[in-house]
Amino acid sequence: MRNKGIGVWFAVIVVTVLVSVLGTTYFFGVGPFEQRRTKLVVSTTTSLYDTGLLDVIEVQFEEQYVIDVYFISAGTGIAIEYAMRGDADLILVHSPLHELVFLEDGYGVCRKIIAYNFFSIVGFAADPANISGTILTQALTRIVDAGREGEVAWVSRGDNSGTHTKEKSLWSIAGFDWNELRNEDWYMESGLGMGKTLLIADEKMAYTLADIGTYLKYYTDGLVSLEVLIEQVPDMINVYSAIAVNKNYNPQANFDAAITFIKYLASTDGQQLLADYGKITYGRSLFFPAVQLLAQNTDPTLTQWIEDYAYFNGEECPVEYQDDHPELYR
Amino acid sequence: MAVETEIVEIAVRTIGVSGAATLLAALWGIPLGIILGLKRFRGRRVIVGFFNAMMGLPAVALGLLLYLLFSQSGPLGFLHLLYTPLAIVLGQAVLITPITVSFTTSTIEAIDPEIKDLATTLGASETEASMAVLKESIGGVLLAVAASFNRAIAELGVAIMVGGNLRGLTRVLTTSIALETTRAELDLGIALTIILLVIVFAVNASVNMLQSKVRSWLWK
Repeated sequence: MRNKGIGVWFAVIVVTVLVSVLGTTYFFGVGPFEQRRTKLVVSTTTSLYDTGLLDVIEVQFEEQYVIDVYFISAGTGIAIEYAMRGDADLILVHSPLHELVFLEDGYGVCRKIIAYNFFSIVGFAADPANISGTILTQALTRIVDAGREGEVAWVSRGDNSGTHTKEKSLWSIAGFDWNELRNEDWYMESGLGMGKTLLIADEKMAYTLADIGTYLKYYTDGLVSLEVLIEQVPDMINVYSAIAVNKNYNPQANFDAAITFIKYLASTDGQQLLADYGKITYGRSLFFPAVQLLAQNTDPTLTQWIEDYAYFNGEECPVEYQDDHPELYR
Repeated sequence: MAVETEIVEIAVRTIGVSGAATLLAALWGIPLGIILGLKRFRGRRVIVGFFNAMMGLPAVALGLLLYLLFSQSGPLGFLHLLYTPLAIVLGQAVLITPITVSFTTSTIEAIDPEIKDLATTLGASETEASMAVLKESIGGVLLAVAASFNRAIAELGVAIMVGGNLRGLTRVLTTSIALETTRAELDLGIALTIILLVIVFAVNASVNMLQSKVRSWLWK
């Protein structure tokens, strides 16, 4: 008798759970009952999102199109993972190595280079490793030497982000094996975003590689006193691209909206917005527009740097990945 | 949108989402807690122990599991729940259910022997005796609900993993605080923290008042 009572109770609970879940679903108007509106989910890197640039772009884009843009801000590694799992329609990232794999494996199409800026090596003004004014490979060698003598430290993102990927490639350019360096005492991995990594570097009086947007934000707000010691050299270029999720891979992805957004970013309006962002607050641009530069080769040296770093087989987006949208590349 | 309107919107969304999660958890958690508190059956200890242990589940771990579940390529991907407020509601409801259940169970267990025996001695039936226990434990049940709400509104892991912190859709107070901190907008982060605390204090004060009201009404 008692056990029967328990059975009834559990049945009541199961029914309550079902009714409440379906009820809430209906109430919130989402999930299975959702009215499909044009919604574009962009997974993007923290270095773009944390500067606030994308909020400005979102406002202007949504004024012109009937598309709601939503940004998920994460490191480049996880941003790509989200898209591969079908949870984003477009990626906005800065890691050509990852991007090429993303295209080759059939996850993405219609890659468009949108913007560029430069990474910087930042550190204390006192510069104990004496890297200021040296060339990149020499600077990194001096940091390693001084680090091994226990005089300086290096903080790495260590989170498989675009910045972290760049850092690993810089060590290899300078002739070091990152897998060995990371086991040494002076080499720290934060596993955190750029901002928190800068704060740690500041606290530990260490050097780090920073994207200029996040650095300027933290520097201008007086949160870090680190100085830029190496910047604007070819190997330090940082290139941001947009890639739409391939509709053959994920038919549910909002491909048309993704292409509309890429076209907007590459348009004169979008590029102007990008170029102006940060001028008032920081006295300089955080990002530079890349579309006109690459199309018309207005600055051959810069074009060459971008091509060397971020082109695949001499092309911004090889024709097999253009998915019948050659107009993006004219 | 002005920053102020956006903050108000975020605060309202936070209360709605965590409130809905608390109601859901109460709907299934309180009956379950009452059964576990009143009835004696085989396996009861194991279930009680399970819910006690699950109170320690890290929000971010649950968030990851739910992300994999709700993801487009996950088993529940067809529901399109990922990055919706409802996903956070469900996730927080699951997160706080152990609190609702365990608090309810333990408050009833604490009362059970004396009241039930007394009521039966005075000639009450089994059901009437159980009702007497429930009446006496109402304060503890309300505390269970309040504690669940506190945990829901204060958690970050579920909201960020299944909500995605999408502006104007799934951004809640905790995810905003995390974002503004990485954006170096520490003042804004502090302001949001104060709003969160005010909400928590207001809700808990209301529950306290409600508790004495309900109690006097029940025994009238």
